[in-house]
Amino acid sequence: MKNLLSVRREWLLLAIIAAIALAVGARAPVFLTWRNGLDIANDSAILAILVMGQMLVLLTRGIDLSVASNLALTGMVCALLGKAWPGASVPVLLLVALAVGALLGGVNGWLITRFDLPPIVVTLGTMSAYRGAIFVASKGAWVSDQDIHAVIKGLPRETWLGLPALVWFALVVLALTAVFLNLRREGREIYALGGNPHAAAYVGISARKRLMMVYTLSGMLAGLAGLLWVGRYSIAYTELASGFELTVVAACVIGGVSIGGGVGSVLGAALGVLFIGVVNGALPVIQVSPFWQQAIAGAVILVSVAVNARSERRAGRQILEKTTFKGATA
Amino acid sequence: MTDLLLSLRGVHKRYGATYALRGVDLELRAGEVLALVGENGAGKSTLVKMLTGVIPVDEGTISLRGVEHTFANAQASQAAGILAVHQETVMFEELSVAENIYVGRHIMRGPFIHWSAMNTQAQAVLEQIGARFFATTLVKDLSLAERHLVEIARALSQKAAVVILDEPTAALSQAEIRDFYGIVRKLRDQGVGVIFITHKFDEIFAVADRYVVLRDGTAVGSGAIADATEQELVKLMAGRAIDQIYPHIASHPGEVVLAVKNLSHPTEFNNLSFELRRGEILGFYGLVGSGRSEAMLAIMGLNPAATGNLVVNGQKLNARSPGDAIAAGIAYVPEERQRQGGILSFSVEHNISLAGLGRFSRGIWLSKLRESELCQRMIERLRIKTESPDTLLSGLSGGNQQKVVIAKWLGLDPRIVILDEPTKGIDVGAKQAVYQLIGEMVEQGLAVILVSSELPEVMHLAHRTIVMRRGLQVAEFARADAHAEHIVAAASGLGHAPAPSPAVAISKLQAVAA
Repeated sequence: MKNLLSVRREWLLLAIIAAIALAVGARAPVFLTWRNGLDIANDSAILAILVMGQMLVLLTRGIDLSVASNLALTGMVCALLGKAWPGASVPVLLLVALAVGALLGGVNGWLITRFDLPPIVVTLGTMSAYRGAIFVASKGAWVSDQDIHAVIKGLPRETWLGLPALVWFALVVLALTAVFLNLRREGREIYALGGNPHAAAYVGISARKRLMMVYTLSGMLAGLAGLLWVGRYSIAYTELASGFELTVVAACVIGGVSIGGGVGSVLGAALGVLFIGVVNGALPVIQVSPFWQQAIAGAVILVSVAVNARSERRAGRQILEKTTFKGATA
Repeated sequence: MTDLLLSLRGVHKRYGATYALRGVDLELRAGEVLALVGENGAGKSTLVKMLTGVIPVDEGTISLRGVEHTFANAQASQAAGILAVHQETVMFEELSVAENIYVGRHIMRGPFIHWSAMNTQAQAVLEQIGARFFATTLVKDLSLAERHLVEIARALSQKAAVVILDEPTAALSQAEIRDFYGIVRKLRDQGVGVIFITHKFDEIFAVADRYVVLRDGTAVGSGAIADATEQELVKLMAGRAIDQIYPHIASHPGEVVLAVKNLSHPTEFNNLSFELRRGEILGFYGLVGSGRSEAMLAIMGLNPAATGNLVVNGQKLNARSPGDAIAAGIAYVPEERQRQGGILSFSVEHNISLAGLGRFSRGIWLSKLRESELCQRMIERLRIKTESPDTLLSGLSGGNQQKVVIAKWLGLDPRIVILDEPTKGIDVGAKQAVYQLIGEMVEQGLAVILVSSELPEVMHLAHRTIVMRRGLQVAEFARADAHAEHIVAAASGLGHAPAPSPAVAISKLQAVAA
């Protein structure tokens, strides 16, 4: 059932990541230590969580540009809640983060399905609206280290079974997404809807329900990411994670998730995250200036999109008889 | 009446001011095959869409086993037991065959999809209908005929009370069609009610028990197939004798205007070679998906992977874009006029003037006057029925839309016109007008390539007909010795076609080697 081409693609991406890691490791052996590996994994964990949500949206031919604003707004809500209520516990804060995120994502879904608006327009709008809401909620003030609740700060710093808690969160989200997409009917319907919306209507898939679902899930994961982000960096402010949505979309695209919908896998998207993590981790080690880092990351995205587009265009229809195929099955 | 499975009473469907269906009554019993016949545009597809819940019923009732239903969506209709195999395959290319068969009703084990059971059961259904591919294959790797089998498997795998087959054989070869009849009979013997939509008479007489004829959205006749003759059905369908609609083509082919040599593509077609002469209509016949349109796109420079030699009026043409082909005097009227041909939200005038706006330029501005002149001339010449040149294209009937698209290209004064399925989905009257137009075009010295899946069309109009099958040029017939059976046999790969010319035999060998 796995697409051969996409499997090949994923191996290729893995090989490229390994090549970069080895090349950088040859110049700076510190790069290949377990310690550095954990650092890269820790830095990539929040990105991985957001990428899973974004992938669901991209599969339906949509895009969610509001994830970074959602992350920042939910993070601010959690920070303010922690500041005002010293008795808050981890489960309560997690629930609040998931609920606020899901609500914000649900608003996207509602606007898109209720008024039949293009997702890029809706989420561009809510991207600004949510960002503005942070300013309103915090009155423009920062919530800094001493005001962040100890529980929030503690969560990302925990270590369970030798792995940082952030990595565990990311692994659980990856596993749940994989189960959802491969073993749940809703997941398969998302692929079907993105692959051919017209045919999806014929087989009775409700586009409204599925769209509502993916935007809510994307928002929910952004909310979770918000809580973790605020804890990890011990700060909440209006411009938190500004522009991060583009990194999220980039990781998806590098991982082979098609902007055109219907194509993408958890493994691919996870490798896309790893790629960005390794590049971002490697460039400072080999003393590339931060300005060049952005340019290089951008160039990599363009190259991977171009490669994607080329492989799609080359495929013509199979009309001539395939003799090898017939022989194998007859 | 016993075993009345499905009944429609006074069903109406309106699109704006025009009726797609006007008071249709229909009855289907369990264990019978009902042939639903009618010209393109008679309302067959609309009826299917209503029964499958894709579009709502405006007026009238649909009852299943005596219970009245209003299908809010496709799922409701499926749940009630009505399933359709569609004319154009409605598939998910990136998903596997098994998943396409079970999409929307995956086999579950507890909360999760039971992949192995789904693949095994899908494979069993595929074997039942003699499909020779695996359930785990991705649909994008299948040919068009194979995709039709997937659709049929989808309908078979469900416990359906009513199965609608909407021109299911359009892309099947003769042997596949025979297998398919067996499947239809099997369904009938299981007590399923089958609605069989087709405009091929041999199919109606081979499998149907009763018939209903639709014309212009109304049921104009029905009865038992045993009591009907082909002539009666034709008369009911067209409302007139069918031979009158083809004009006499008086032109005689002159010098060669287009020579195509070794036109090939890695997966779509191989080694096509032919010549087109001034004043000639060259037919391209074949099953749906035999590679005809793909080859035409290659001539227009729209198929970058294609290779081969094109000579237009003695000059080598290296068409890398449609602009090159247009400049060389070739015009292409595509098959799917709504997707590739006309812009529905533009006015008639703007659609006509769209190709080659350069002709109207005066300095850096467009001359509105010249544009209107051309448009008026075309509306008169093609007898386009429109209130004014400013009416939006979407407000015209299918036939008139097609004329507008043709007018657009004629305005460029081309020497070669490629018409791809020019009468698909338009009514008889509009067809007649298009045929007349084709006749006039060649009499004025144009050369026309007519790509068509309608055999009578190519047999009556074309001076020569090239038959394509699975991307290969398998036969060529002159009008004088064109026999319907021979052409169909060649197109569907049956034995008693005339022996292929050596060139064709070699190209077949090359295809096998590749």
